[in-house]
Amino acid sequence: MAFEPNEPQEKIKYDEMRIYSDEELNNYTEEELKNFKTKHDTPMCDDLESGPWPSFVADAKREALHRRKLADDRILLSAETVEDTLGQLEDSFVDGETHWKHGGIVGVFGYGGGVIGRYSDLQEKYPAVAHFHTLRVNQPMSKFYNTDFLRTICDLWEYRGSGMMNMHGSTGDIILLGTTTEQLEPIFYQMTHEMQQDLGGSGSNLRSPSCCLGRARCEWSCIDTQDMCYELTHYYQDELHRPAFPYKFKFKFDGCPNGCVASIARSDMSFIGTWKDDIRIDQDAVQAYIAGDIAPNGGAHAGKDWGKFDIQKEVINLCPTACMWMEDGKLMIDNKECTRCMHCINTMPQALRPGADTGVSILFGAKAPILEGAQMAVLTVPFMKCEPPYENIKDLVEKVWDWWMEEGKNRERLGELIQRWGLPKFLEVIGLPPMPQMVTEPRSNPYIFWKAEEVPGGFKRNIEDYRVKHMR
Amino acid sequence: MALSLERFGGYNPDKPMENRLTDLGPRHFWEFFPPVIQNNYGKWKYHEILEPGVLVHVSETGDKVFTVRCGGGRFMTVENVREICDIADKHCDGYVRFTTRNNIEFMVETQDKMEALKKDLMSRKHVTGSYKFPVGGTGAGVTNIVHTQGFLHCHTPATDASSMVKAIMDDLFDYFQGMTLPAQVRVSMACCLNMCGAVHCSDIALLGYHRKPPVIDHEVMDALCEIPLVIAACPTGAISPAKTEDGKKTVKIKEERCMFCGNCYTMCMAVPLADKEGDGVTILAGGKISNRISRPKFSKVVVPWLPNNFPRFPEVVRDVKKIVEAYAADANKYERIGDWAERIGWEKFFEKCDLPFTEHLIDDYRLAYDTYRTSSQFKYTEAAWEVSRAAGGIE
Repeated sequence: MAFEPNEPQEKIKYDEMRIYSDEELNNYTEEELKNFKTKHDTPMCDDLESGPWPSFVADAKREALHRRKLADDRILLSAETVEDTLGQLEDSFVDGETHWKHGGIVGVFGYGGGVIGRYSDLQEKYPAVAHFHTLRVNQPMSKFYNTDFLRTICDLWEYRGSGMMNMHGSTGDIILLGTTTEQLEPIFYQMTHEMQQDLGGSGSNLRSPSCCLGRARCEWSCIDTQDMCYELTHYYQDELHRPAFPYKFKFKFDGCPNGCVASIARSDMSFIGTWKDDIRIDQDAVQAYIAGDIAPNGGAHAGKDWGKFDIQKEVINLCPTACMWMEDGKLMIDNKECTRCMHCINTMPQALRPGADTGVSILFGAKAPILEGAQMAVLTVPFMKCEPPYENIKDLVEKVWDWWMEEGKNRERLGELIQRWGLPKFLEVIGLPPMPQMVTEPRSNPYIFWKAEEVPGGFKRNIEDYRVKHMR
Repeated sequence: MALSLERFGGYNPDKPMENRLTDLGPRHFWEFFPPVIQNNYGKWKYHEILEPGVLVHVSETGDKVFTVRCGGGRFMTVENVREICDIADKHCDGYVRFTTRNNIEFMVETQDKMEALKKDLMSRKHVTGSYKFPVGGTGAGVTNIVHTQGFLHCHTPATDASSMVKAIMDDLFDYFQGMTLPAQVRVSMACCLNMCGAVHCSDIALLGYHRKPPVIDHEVMDALCEIPLVIAACPTGAISPAKTEDGKKTVKIKEERCMFCGNCYTMCMAVPLADKEGDGVTILAGGKISNRISRPKFSKVVVPWLPNNFPRFPEVVRDVKKIVEAYAADANKYERIGDWAERIGWEKFFEKCDLPFTEHLIDDYRLAYDTYRTSSQFKYTEAAWEVSRAAGGIE
């Protein structure tokens, strides 16, 4: 099964795209790096070079040296951009406060987002970071790359930017960290024209969707996370680039309830792969686990002696619904009672597999605390088939957006609108009947709203009629 | 095709809309899959963790793919990415991927190639000593810390991200390279309570926090800010409209109702609140995202504030280590930190982790009542005896 892009896409060949020669790419020695002194004294930053974890300071310094040794006309920003970044960071450590000015509105024509403007408040001391804008570059699904693509981005960014980046931003984008306003359009032009690569989202719009690695390298993925993510990202390009919403909106696609891209906590619309038939059991493999021939949980606990695998203790007794048991040496599952938590499958991946009749559960409204408190997403659609081109999912997306775009207050996340209007209202606008699965438990207060049409006789009454039977 | 060296590239500032390409989206994923991934897409049968940092996936076709996972700094320069490319070209036919926790994964098709790759990765060190690509981050250990911009790029942080993460990962490094814990421990970090990332749902979470109300720049408030937005930004309704003595429109803030969230500053540059002495770090624990056994959980505040001791945050590192070690010693196999804390009771969590419990940890926002203990079920700890003593219940 091969997938095709929506539009024909030219291969990127680094050798045809490159800016820097091999000589320029290898323009310093270990010895020079050891003896390299940056422009500013940064004792606290330097302290972060020791210890085993990869040091971002050590990494920054090699880019600083590399830039110093490139000829003046081989980069468009100052050679000292990285050094001024470290200098300002050091000042922030000393002062205990950030030195970036508030906000900053910059971008590229045609789009309302994708670039985060930033200006230093120590511009005289650190002129190379006076402008220090970030570009969000929409990452390929689940962050697989080839080196032609990465090297091309690197050359482009070293030439027109700071050479510093985040791999990746929390939402998923490649983050290009630090360039001037002047270079935003040229960078965008080069990316779109030479690389067929677009910016990601920022502002009150659809942000760059992201997904777990799904069927690319996981036996549990119930859906084509990459394909769904790619299709919806492309289908909703307008919503992504031109803010038209009350606030931000995120899609995330998890292939199963393990939640490797954390959609339930970090997306307004969370897609979680699931199944509706039986867990597939290989009884021979179950026996192999019991015999100790296969390590439980893929060997995840191998660093400590937890004793011999005990299927009763580690699987059957930990099942949250107690729907498993052993019978005549066979593992039995009452699938009607299973909530598909993944524990048994996670623990015995060679013996148990998700069912074959798969789809997604859709949950809505996750967000961080601001304003009304943090929310996880609320289960709304228990199961939905999802096959390309995902028309049923697009229909649902648009119903939700229609309502939220109309009723949502300024800077009100979908989760907050659902809280303000109530889950029943949300169900009404997207046309779904209620089900017990939407709640952990039914309400305990009796402050129940009824509509006039639900009550015989309605709400229009006359006090005189009441007084006929009830003296004042 | 070639990247341009002109100052404006192909872009013509005089005709900005000419030749503009838009709405291309990301490139297609399929071209970035190594052949073994393309050939076995959707056919994977099972996987094993061969050793810390090394996975093997086995396909129905019999194909195998070995994945070596290594730590990444998230912040990285093009020099670092080029070195990643060198490794990918040398061992992996030019393919590489990044994980949702910003680790780096290299994939090969045979055990021999995997051994060579691993050796290469562990041999690469910065001149000042730290590993460039330490192998680990799999199974029941501590993997990479999801984190934010901090002082490197953001205007609202109450602490720094990259330095704190470096300090903590240095200290928890053995857990990154080991699989000795009851379950995986997800640590995350955000430099203010906008919580970009995963702080509200992690086993251990570090959060930059302010403790002083904003200072108001009355001079520029009306000129630079949309005052109603500033007022609406406050979760506790502490902000109201006001006028300065010379009649300029501004706001006033009821200090006793302000809990220093900084959301008004997000909306308005005239109410900055960063402060060296006031700002610091809050620690949360017990959150999770997966649905495994128990439902997803929010993380809970367990340490209300620690100082920003740049650059290595010794107090924060100390308390994180206390939590990890108490959990490692006490929790059952497969229990996440939140599962463990709920089973033993939070009173035991504080006792076992040797963390003080203060009034700051008791919720008092909107739905706070749901978090109070409306039961006589509790365990005795020293904290309980103290209350009994204070109430005159015991000597």
